[in-house]
This record gives sequence, C-alpha cells and structure tokens, in this order.
Amino acid sequence: MGLLSPRTALTRYRVEDSGNTPLKEIVFNGLEKNSILSTEDETAAKVSGWSSFEEPFQPKFDDYSFVYGNYFVFCLRIDKKTIPANLIRKHVALESKRKREATGRDFISRDENRLIKEHVVNTLSLRIPAAPAVFHVLWQYEKGLLFFLTHQKTATEEFETLFYHSFHLRLIPLFPYTVADLSCGLSDPERDILQQASPTLWSP
Amino acid sequence: MIDIATAYNKYKFLGYEFLTWLWFSIENQPAVLTPPEHESLSVTIGNRIVLENSAIDRIERITVKGDPANYDTCMLSLQQGAFISEIGLVLKTDLHEWEMTLKGESLSFTNYKTPPVAPVESDESIETAVLEKAFLLEQGLRVIDHIFLAFIRQRISVSWQQGVAPAITTWIQAFQS
Repeated sequence: MGLLSPRTALTRYRVEDSGNTPLKEIVFNGLEKNSILSTEDETAAKVSGWSSFEEPFQPKFDDYSFVYGNYFVFCLRIDKKTIPANLIRKHVALESKRKREATGRDFISRDENRLIKEHVVNTLSLRIPAAPAVFHVLWQYEKGLLFFLTHQKTATEEFETLFYHSFHLRLIPLFPYTVADLSCGLSDPERDILQQASPTLWSP
Repeated sequence: MIDIATAYNKYKFLGYEFLTWLWFSIENQPAVLTPPEHESLSVTIGNRIVLENSAIDRIERITVKGDPANYDTCMLSLQQGAFISEIGLVLKTDLHEWEMTLKGESLSFTNYKTPPVAPVESDESIETAVLEKAFLLEQGLRVIDHIFLAFIRQRISVSWQQGVAPAITTWIQAFQS
C-alpha cells in the first residue's frame, strides 16, 4: 500500500529541527550514503536502505529528485530472504546422507549436524533472491511533519533507526500524548493537568 | 517532555477515551467535530469497530464489522467495561470523502482512503499526483487533529469530571438492545 494507492496505512512523526544546517543537503547526503545499493549483501538474510520513490529498484537521488514541492518523498526498502524450513530440512537430510556415506559412519554428531545446517543455509542464501518490501516516506519539511506509510511494527522500528543513523535528526512519534503536548497549543498549567490525568471509568 | 516510551504506555488510555468520546460526540455533540473551514463536514462511524476488554483476567478482543457495523454489540461491550481500540470513520464534505480506521493507542491510520487523485499518465504527472495526494492526506489528518484538539480541550477542563464523563457514562449505560 503506497502513497498513490487508493488506500494506505500511515504513522505520523514530528522531525527535530536541523538548526542552521541546510536540510536538503543533510537529506541528500543521508539518502546517498544509506541507499539500499550501498548496503546490498548477497549473503545477508535481510538488508535495508533508502530508495527513490519513482525508481525503488534502481535508487538514485541525484538532482534532488526526492524533492516534490514542500515534501521530501523517498522509500525505505527492506529486502528479506526467506528460506522455507522444508527446503532446509531436505538439503540437510541429503547432505547428512552424503557425509555418512563418505565417512562410512552410520551417525552424524550434533556438532556436525549444526555445521551441515549452517552450510546449507549459507548455500541456499546465495541461490535464493531477497524479496523487497517498499515503504513510502512523505516528509513535509517546512512543517517538520513526516508520514511513514505503514503501521507495521518491524518496519517502523527499522525506519526510526535508519532515519537517525542517516540524518542525525530525532523523530518524535505522534501518538495521543505527544499530539496533545506538541500540537494542541497547551499552556504549562494545562500540560500539568494532562500529565496528571488518569483513565476514566465509564461505569456509574 | 517525558520519555517517549513511558508517555506512550502511560497515556495510551487517552487514545481509547478519545475514540469513545468521538463516537459519543458524533451522536450527541456533532458541532464540536466540525472545523470552521469545513462547515459542511459530516463525521460518521465506518464499518469497523474493535473493542478490547481487560476487565477480565485476559484481554478479550471484539471486532465488529459490517456495512454498517452492528453497534449494539459494541455498546454492550462498553457496558461490560471494554474500551474502543480502533474505529472506522467516514469524513464527508460536499465535494470529498475520506475513509479511515483510526487506532486509539497510536493515533495511526489503516485503510486510509482519500478522494481520488488524477491518474498518472506520464513521468511529468507523477509530481502533480504526489502533491495532490499529499494535500488530500493532510486535509483529512487536519480534520482528525481538529477533533482530537476538541477532545483534549474537554479532557483537561473541569467540565470533564463534572459534565462530559458522566454524560458519556449515562449514554453507554442507557443503551438497551
């Protein structure tokens, strides 16, 4: 479910002010240094990095192509390899049989079995391609608001970590308390009342 | 500001109360939901409500779906101490319509549908579509923020304990299927 899909999911953040450093430069450098291409590793079970909105599978950020009006638009791509357990089991069984025949023994020790399994997983990892998942980011840089178009916990955690690593800007997730505290224009006494609030019981 | 993780867990009840207040307001005080710039706006409950009840030993989750959802089940659950954790909403103006499911705990959105944008027919029209979509997404979110602000204003006022909360309690308890 992406930005231009009819329906989407959405998690909101406020982005910390970058101070005097030009934000476009910070974002450009962060995207380039942490693009999915710079992190690709054929053996890794999972890799993640930034990608471009229009070309998520051939990311490039030159000419500030991630700037659309007052927005920065790009994607987080998470490429994940999933090896079916049955496939691992099959190859471990075949490899164990081969080893037993080669050594003339009728058993395989637990340690040998572990090494065989590691070897099988590594070999299969090289042969099985990673499946990419693409999550769009819409960042209204003038207001310091950011929309991450999913609410999946693993993706949002990955996003928050990579965002700070890339741009060194703090993201504040907007949930009931932070929206009330940051966006409702409360005075200090009102903030005190909010902080002391406790759940209301709807029973008589 | 207090630590983010602490604030999330300590005050997630605000989100649950917001959704109950929102349903109450749709039925009893719809004027507080309408932003000044959207006089023609109507807010209605969509086709999905999720309730959770932790009053018993374990957390019981009740999902009510339908077109429209069967609100009787939801009301009975509220009477038994459940809280609303997700609610489907439809925002309608003279020209446009937004649909969404709003999660109370995180104020995040799923199934968020904006009015349609012009189809992308060339590379040049992508930017136009992105900006139009961003505008429409933000427009719907501004309405939700306006409604949440109205809730917070009532929630931190003295009228909450003396007027609003008892009125919601009466509304819930007075329901008979």
